[in-house]
Amino acid sequence: MIEIIHPGPLCTVQDNGRPGWAHLGVGSSGAADDTAHSLANRLVGNDPSAATLECTFGGLRIRFLHPALVALTGAPCAVSSIGGPPVAHHDPVAVPAGTELSLGLPTRGLRTYLAIRGGLDTEMVMGSRSTDLLSGLGHPPLVAGEILAIGADPGSARPTEIAAVRPHPDGPITLWPGPRVDWFTSRALADLTTTPYEVLPTSNRIGTRLSGVALERDAPRELPSEALVEGAVQVPNDGQPLIFLADHPVTGGYPVVAVVDPGDIGRVAQARPGDALRFRWH
Amino acid sequence: MTPRLLGCGPNAVMIEVDTTADAAQLAAHLRLSQLSGVVELVPAARTVLVTCGRPDQLAGVTATVASFVPGEQLTLDGIDVEVPTVYDGADLESVAAATDLTVAEVVELHSSTEFFAAFCGFVPGFAYLTGLPTVLRLPRRQNPRPRIPAGSVAIGADFTGVYPTNSPGGWHLLGTTTVPMWDAARLRPAFITPGDRVRFVPVAR
Repeated sequence: MIEIIHPGPLCTVQDNGRPGWAHLGVGSSGAADDTAHSLANRLVGNDPSAATLECTFGGLRIRFLHPALVALTGAPCAVSSIGGPPVAHHDPVAVPAGTELSLGLPTRGLRTYLAIRGGLDTEMVMGSRSTDLLSGLGHPPLVAGEILAIGADPGSARPTEIAAVRPHPDGPITLWPGPRVDWFTSRALADLTTTPYEVLPTSNRIGTRLSGVALERDAPRELPSEALVEGAVQVPNDGQPLIFLADHPVTGGYPVVAVVDPGDIGRVAQARPGDALRFRWH
Repeated sequence: MTPRLLGCGPNAVMIEVDTTADAAQLAAHLRLSQLSGVVELVPAARTVLVTCGRPDQLAGVTATVASFVPGEQLTLDGIDVEVPTVYDGADLESVAAATDLTVAEVVELHSSTEFFAAFCGFVPGFAYLTGLPTVLRLPRRQNPRPRIPAGSVAIGADFTGVYPTNSPGGWHLLGTTTVPMWDAARLRPAFITPGDRVRFVPVAR
């Protein structure tokens, strides 16, 4: 079991989400940076379906009431560890009962994942423990003083390696043409891949809002609501794009000009307000 | 018109058709085909989105779309649903005025229609129901309400539906139901699921 001393600005329980229910209006949710979340689980020998803590902008302070094997991935933070050994990024560490772990602000990136061997054992809703901030499904965002159970030991080998940290990718993010790419002028399609778009502070798990050269449509028209995918680049009437993330709505009424390549969604999920994103066409 | 295939990234395809009925039929056709690798199958007003686990699984989807005939009557696997409704909505008078009907006639028309659950979206358990009599098809309210109570039975554009949760909305309120539209713990978590046939049954308060 663990005690949340302080959750930081936002800390939620996340796993691989609940895909397969969009036809009932239920979004798939899940870890915003699935690559980092999955790595954290592998580093502690968890089942891939185990839930981790997704911590936005650091600030998380937790106390381990029992010994635990933990790992941190995603946005690197300064970590202070009282009553236990130092915990570095990408490094599974055994901490004794009573250890207090505190995350500072991430030095880059936005979302840090804390995996604990056994996984967070909160309530399942439609087959997943993920917190969906749009629909409200799943355990609510963590609050100070909460006690959370940890699941049973998975019985797998205890990993001892650390994961190599890849150099921070800085090339453009790859876009595929979206379902309504033909609603936009060729000028707009060029602007999208030749000018930078700045991440706005109004971004969240639902989507990353961007500010930049307005994307022009070729003709004014209404779009009957249609389904959305994670990574969809939707363009409302003001021409300012937004990239849908894990808690995106199931349907939307504004045209989607492009879809971020699945391999680059993690990068978008780690983009912080003020970052400039650049795109290229697949 | 043959369905149009629209790109939606490497793992998904959006298929555009002419009508909401065609979208519902195509989604049913694809669902009944039980194609391997399909993760999501989402009908909407004029489209069906299909997402797969891997890009190579899309070929089976597009091949099955090619065998779909719009307008062909398929047996949809929905059930008959009754929504007990107290017709006490805040917009009954304004809807009556806008349609040149009496309130009693609006209620009679809405409650005697068999609707079809074409697709869901917006929030879990919100089903867009088609079959709204033409005279009741009104544009959304000029001023959407910031808060519509959960259980509100409403009409908007070509559809009718029930708000599962308190939420903002621009549809016209005709009444309320106490039946929860969404309960994640139920075997059938959405009270109304795409493919169902729906009637609103007037009940006293």
